[in-house]
Order: sequence, then structure tokens, then C-alpha cells
Amino acid sequence: MRNYLAMEVEKILSEFPKSKDYLLEILHEIQNKNPNSYIPPEVVQKVAKHLNIKKAQVYGVIGYYSMFSDKPRGKYVIRICASPVCSMMGAENLIEYLEKKLNVKVGETTPDELFTLETSECLGNCAAAPAMMVNLDMYGNLTPGMVDNILKQYSQNK
Amino acid sequence: MLKEYRIALRNSGLINPESIEEFISADGYQALRKALKSEPLGIYEEIYDSGLRGRGGAGFPTGAKEKAAAVICSDCEKYVICNADEGEPGTFKDRIIMETDPHTLIEGMVIAAYSVNAHRGFVYIRGEYKLSIQRVQLAIEQAYKHGFLGKNILGSGFDFDLEIRRGAGSYLCGEELTLIESVEGKRGYPRIKPPYPAEHGLWGAPTLINNVETLANFPSIILNGAKWYRSIGTENSPGTKIFTISGDVNKPGYYEFPFGMTLKELVFDVAGGIKDGKGFGAALLGGAAGTFASKKHLDVQMGYDKLKEVGLTLGSGAIIVFDDTRNLNDTMLNILKFFKHESCGKCIPCRVGTSQLYNHLVNEINKNHFNPSNIYPELIRQADIIAKTSLCPLGQSPILPLRSLWQNILESNSAKH
Ligand code: SF4
Ligand code: FES
Repeated sequence: MRNYLAMEVEKILSEFPKSKDYLLEILHEIQNKNPNSYIPPEVVQKVAKHLNIKKAQVYGVIGYYSMFSDKPRGKYVIRICASPVCSMMGAENLIEYLEKKLNVKVGETTPDELFTLETSECLGNCAAAPAMMVNLDMYGNLTPGMVDNILKQYSQNK
Repeated sequence: MLKEYRIALRNSGLINPESIEEFISADGYQALRKALKSEPLGIYEEIYDSGLRGRGGAGFPTGAKEKAAAVICSDCEKYVICNADEGEPGTFKDRIIMETDPHTLIEGMVIAAYSVNAHRGFVYIRGEYKLSIQRVQLAIEQAYKHGFLGKNILGSGFDFDLEIRRGAGSYLCGEELTLIESVEGKRGYPRIKPPYPAEHGLWGAPTLINNVETLANFPSIILNGAKWYRSIGTENSPGTKIFTISGDVNKPGYYEFPFGMTLKELVFDVAGGIKDGKGFGAALLGGAAGTFASKKHLDVQMGYDKLKEVGLTLGSGAIIVFDDTRNLNDTMLNILKFFKHESCGKCIPCRVGTSQLYNHLVNEINKNHFNPSNIYPELIRQADIIAKTSLCPLGQSPILPLRSLWQNILESNSAKH
């Protein structure tokens, strides 16, 4: 684990009560701070120790919730909505477009570790379908042109 | 154009959601003041008499839930939870409330907590809703500073602490007992009901759990009274409802209206009619776990019971509109994929069944001569078994869109051929 992440983890843990109901909160904070948007094994160990629970319990939670990952992802996780409204408004074409443009399949990360492409269920932005998120930022009414601009913005922000 | 009637969205767009001062000058926290001066009994009876029903989808009488949590024990540990894990496709009303008027939600929660004598509460917001989380967090901090949260609220002697818990991407956690598991820091596996949360909820304690929109109705009901609330809407569905309209309409968005509006009014007058000059094909009411309405339902009143009479559900108030050129089999496939993806796998009928429904339909659609009558009756038979043998609402849901799509739309189409 890179050193600064280790320090961040210490700091995050110190900000939460040692109570296991804060597990999801802690994992969110840690993952958001990690440039590879995931929870590494050493961190799982630390969190388990801090909350006095089994490592398996932490992995169980990471595995269950779709926002968490125990495998490295890109700095920016693209979650494109594949639920009914976005689908009917053209999300399928956009997924194909993104796959081509980034040259990855859904679930994969670009070689420069900048983007991971994922699909998601409804993001609550159905009035502006098709919608997607990049990390926690929401975009709607997407067209290929807009997707180009959004990707460009994030690429400049390495 | 029909004028909206806003209660849950009373301040939406009118005040700055980040300013507690603006909220206060719009009569904010007046209902809380009033509530703290009356007995808790008076509060839950007022809510009961108002006829308010849960806006998360189930439509259960809110006052009855409150009463159950209030009377179960007097001085024991109790909790209040706001369910803001909005994941039903087509639904985004809770997000709008949290983003545009977070204090109305907090005020509703403190009133609810006082009525059942709970001293700690949680707002469980889905992790994807960044702006909602930020706005509610800021509002909580402001409410503490102004004495609307914390110790001895407004000098009443009542204490209540409130914090946010974030979900992390699981549709199932929108179900109340599953949500409680998640607040406890666990995987979102459903619990067996009963016991209900009002008896055995968070950490085994009595817990009142309500949807965002439900709680956002509390302040106005307390301020204006149950009678006033009952004068709006219909007899069995009093008050207003936020409808989120999406799909093939000219003006998709969120709109609050008294119950009793017709689907036609909502689609054509409110949401501007069908896009690109096409005709109305169908509307999916209530999201993936909802039901397909056809042209013949355009004049049905939008209320819990009126819809039920014709085999439809209101659910969360989502209305997804399809023009008459849409292929609804593709939509059905998409819905089945959704259930397959979100099934937690705890019960075998749901785990295996949701995949099977999807596979059957996909295989049939890929055949050269796809004929719905070859497959839907069988899918419905299977979905019915899944519904009867599954533990939680997810397994009980696929039957709803499948059966309604077949009975209301596909069956009559195929009879024409
Ligand atoms: S019905 Fe499905 S989602 Fe619900 S508990 Fe059973 S397997 Fe899990
Ligand atoms: S269906 Fe895509 S945001 Fe709701």
C-alpha cells in the first residue's frame, strides 16, 4: 500500500467510533481517497482490526455492495445506467460507444489506469436519461458528443 | 396547464436549500414547535387521522406504524430511520426533496421521533446520491446549531440525535428490514417478517422507519391539521403524491398533485404528451416492481385503491411512458435482467428463478418468429411460483410487470393477429 494511503486510512479510522455499524461509512471514505478506487487487502485487515470483526465480514460487505471493489480500478469509475428508462433512451449505444472509445469492455480498466467502465442500475436521473456517473458526479441527457467532452475533462485532470 | 399542489415539495425551488434562515422564514420548524407543545399521543393520532399512507411504495397507513412503535414500550431504546435508499427505476422524488428542501425532511423526522419517543435516528441515503448526502449533512449541522437537533430541543426537554448512513449500491436495501441490516454495517440480506421493525428493528429495538416523501408530509399535517390534509386528494388516498414521469414524454420530470388525477392528465397535460408526435403505447407504473397500464387505463384515477381495483399499483409514483412504437418485450427483458442482477441469492426460487425468467425470454426473443403467446403464460406461471416461495419483495415482484404486460397489452395485441 502506498504510504500516503496508509496515513489516510489511519486518519479515517480515527474519525469513526470503533463500532462495526460504521463499516460502510469507513469503506466509502477509504475507497474515495484511494487513487485506484478500491479497498486493498492490507486495508481490509486494518479495518477489521479497528472494528474488532473478522476479515471475512469486511470482504463480505465489499463483495455485496456494487459500489465497493477489492480489485484495483481506474482513478475515475464510470457507471452508466442500464435500467429501463436509460436503456430505452439509448444507453445501450452509449455503452458500446464508451467501450470503443476507451477500448475496454464493461468491467475493465484502461491501461493508463484512468477509467474503469461499469454499468449500474437506476441512478435516479431518469428524467435526464440516459445518465451516468463519473465517480460521484452525475451526468444526464447524454449524447456521444457529450461523453467525449466529459472524458476529455477528466483526462486533463490526471 | 394544471397547477401543481405542493406539500412535500412545499419549498422546492423557492428557498435556498443550503440556508436554514430561508427555511425558517418560510415557516420552517414551526410544526416542530407546535408538536413539542402537545403530547406524543396527539401527534401520532393526528398523522393517523390524516390518512397519510407510506410513500415508499407499500402504502401502509403511516399513523398505524407510528402508534405501534410508540406504544410498544415507554422508556426503552428506540430508533427512527428515514429510508432514502431510492433505487426503483424511474423514481427520483426523494432525491429532489433532499436536494431542494432537506430541512423539511429533518423537521418531519424530529416530529416522528418525538411522537414515538426515540432519541436517535438515521437517514439512510443511497451512496450514489452525492448531492443529497451533502445537502442533508449540511442541514443536520445547521439544525444542531439552531437547537432543532441534539439535547433539549427548543427547551422542551426532548433529545434527538440524527446522522446519515450511506448505502453502497444495492436495490434490496430499499426494503426496510434489509436497510436496517445495512445500517448495522452488514450485507443487505433480508430478514424474515414478522417481527416488524416497530417491534424488533435496529439492534433489536423498536424502530420507526419511513420514506423521505412520507416524512416530508409531517410538518404540513401538524401545522394545518388532519382535516385539512383529508380535504385534499381522495377518500382512501388523502393528500398529494409526487409523480416522477420519464420516458417518451415532452416534459419528463417530477410533479406533485393531489391523488385522483388521471393518468391521462399526468401524461398529456402535465408532462406535455408523447414525444415526436407519436401515440401513447403504455405506462409502467411504480418502476421495475410495477405494473404496465395500457390505453384503456388512461382515465383511471391515480390513487392506491382505484389503481388496485384495475390490477395496477402506484408503487413509488414512478410513471415510465412508452410511445406506441416501442418494443415492450425489450423493456420486459431489461426489467428481468434488473431482478436477476439484484437478487441476493438467499432463496433458491428467486436466485434461480430470476435468471431463468430472463433466459427464457431472451431465447424466445432471439428466435425468428417471436410470438409472445408462446412464452408469456409460462413466464407468468413461473413468476407466480417464485412470488409465492420468496422471502422478500424482490422475488415477489417479477410477476407484476410480467402479468400486467401480458394481460393489459400483449394478449389483446396477439388476439388481433
Ligand atoms: S426473494 Fe430474492 S432478493 Fe429476496 S431474499 Fe430471497 S433471494 Fe434475496
Ligand atoms: S433508469 Fe437510468 S437513471 Fe433511472
